[in-house]
Amino acid sequence: MAEQELKRPVPSSNALTEPFWEATKQHKLVVQYCEGCDQLVWYPREICPGCWTMEGIEWREVSGKGRLHTFTVIRQAADLWFQQRVPYVYGVVELDEGPRMISGIQCEVEDAVCDMPVEAVFEDLDDDWTIVQFKPAS
Amino acid sequence: MERVSDRSIRGAAAITGFAEIKPERRKPGRTAVGLAAELAKNCVEDAGLTKDQVNGLITHIPYSHNIEFAEYLGLKPVWSHSVDQMGGSGATSLTVAAAAVATGLADNVLVIVCSSQWGGFGGGTEPSPDGHGAQYVRAHGPGPGANYEYAQIAMRYQHLYNLSDEDRVAIAVQQRENAQANPDAVFYGQPATADDILNSRMVADPLRLLECVMPCIGGAAVIVSAADETDYSPNPPVYLLGAGCATDRGVPGLSYAPDMTISPVKVSAERAFATAGLTPQDMDIAQIYDCYTIAIICEFEDAGFAPKGEGGQWFASHDVTYKGELPVNTHGGQLSFGQAGSGGGMSHVVEGVRQMMGRGEARQAHKDLNYAFINNNGGGLSVEASLVLGKGVD
Repeated sequence: MAEQELKRPVPSSNALTEPFWEATKQHKLVVQYCEGCDQLVWYPREICPGCWTMEGIEWREVSGKGRLHTFTVIRQAADLWFQQRVPYVYGVVELDEGPRMISGIQCEVEDAVCDMPVEAVFEDLDDDWTIVQFKPAS
Repeated sequence: MERVSDRSIRGAAAITGFAEIKPERRKPGRTAVGLAAELAKNCVEDAGLTKDQVNGLITHIPYSHNIEFAEYLGLKPVWSHSVDQMGGSGATSLTVAAAAVATGLADNVLVIVCSSQWGGFGGGTEPSPDGHGAQYVRAHGPGPGANYEYAQIAMRYQHLYNLSDEDRVAIAVQQRENAQANPDAVFYGQPATADDILNSRMVADPLRLLECVMPCIGGAAVIVSAADETDYSPNPPVYLLGAGCATDRGVPGLSYAPDMTISPVKVSAERAFATAGLTPQDMDIAQIYDCYTIAIICEFEDAGFAPKGEGGQWFASHDVTYKGELPVNTHGGQLSFGQAGSGGGMSHVVEGVRQMMGRGEARQAHKDLNYAFINNNGGGLSVEASLVLGKGVD
């Protein structure tokens, strides 16, 4: 097979989620907030799953601190770029403010433990995309 | 207990026949609709019907809609439906078919769930380019299939409860023994010990390769008729006594579930048992979706067969082979039988019916069977369909 440069898969966005991806570019983590429910909502949606308001939703910055709710060590990847990087940690982070987010975890495979404190780390993939991941809290 | 409506599906419908295609890794030259057509022909014949008597159709066929498939088959159903509840499609289809015959929308409903080399789950639609997976998952490298989802459930489960590796794979060992009595099982002729399973390579910690289903090509079908109109069949009818379906966490559900180790089986099984007027302890046999070891442990507990956190130990300390007191997954389970996409879930439905009809041959349960429990699961414990089947309606 011809040698070719593999690229890490990048996310996508739409009109609704543009503010989230604009924030990550500035290395900020924002999630939706419903004023009526006084609840943070992740992932972004056009309706509050609590009270069904379609108007009272705004973006709020969160601390980026949380705990590693659960994880696995991916030893067999689907994507070609990731296949060259196994094994790596992939998990679910519970933010201190409540919501849970799916994320890559930047730590050694043997260091990952459920409920360990983590903090957000921003990775600029290219000019268009910055993703948020998590690493053990310093 | 959650209130179940006074309107009841209990005893309204019966299964009169079934068909299954042996799951295999590859079936060169076979198309999904071709497999589905073979299932249709064999199932209708098994039930003692003719083509013209089938006037209801439910399908879950990759890249094929029921409307398209009805024409392919030369059927003109008066009622038809495509069901897509991921891995839960088989058992869910049973509830939909039962509702149709109970209300007179159709008389004899043919239910077909199968996979093909083009895919096993769903109608073949691509994920939305700006959907959840594309925006929030893809860039983190989740890995193939559902390995990563169930591995994360297992990791959290083992953080909360005391579950040893040996107890986690105990059910897989016993199912492998069941598969040794089933020539159609993909692992027939290949017995395995707990050590064999725990020595297979790690795929997604803590799950090993032999704790994950093998994707296959195959499928299964049943005929559902109104309970009081089954005289046409040479088979003893198997009645639907209870049913419950539930979803509470989306896909990938585990991330957003209040407790990812407690599945919606809690709701679906409770509704199924309440409808049937029976309890888990009344069940003579159970066929429970086992895409991964951890999945069946959670479902088994949440259905009420073992206390939460003790499912693995329960399997390790009870004989759940076809020789035991509560046989579980007598066909080998999907882990040893193979997973023909959503047809994997349907294999549990068909095995339950087969056992209740006394057609289990070498793997027929060594006890009288009056009641069977069936559970299908999909989307990382996010959608569940539970059935209680009976030999009669009291």
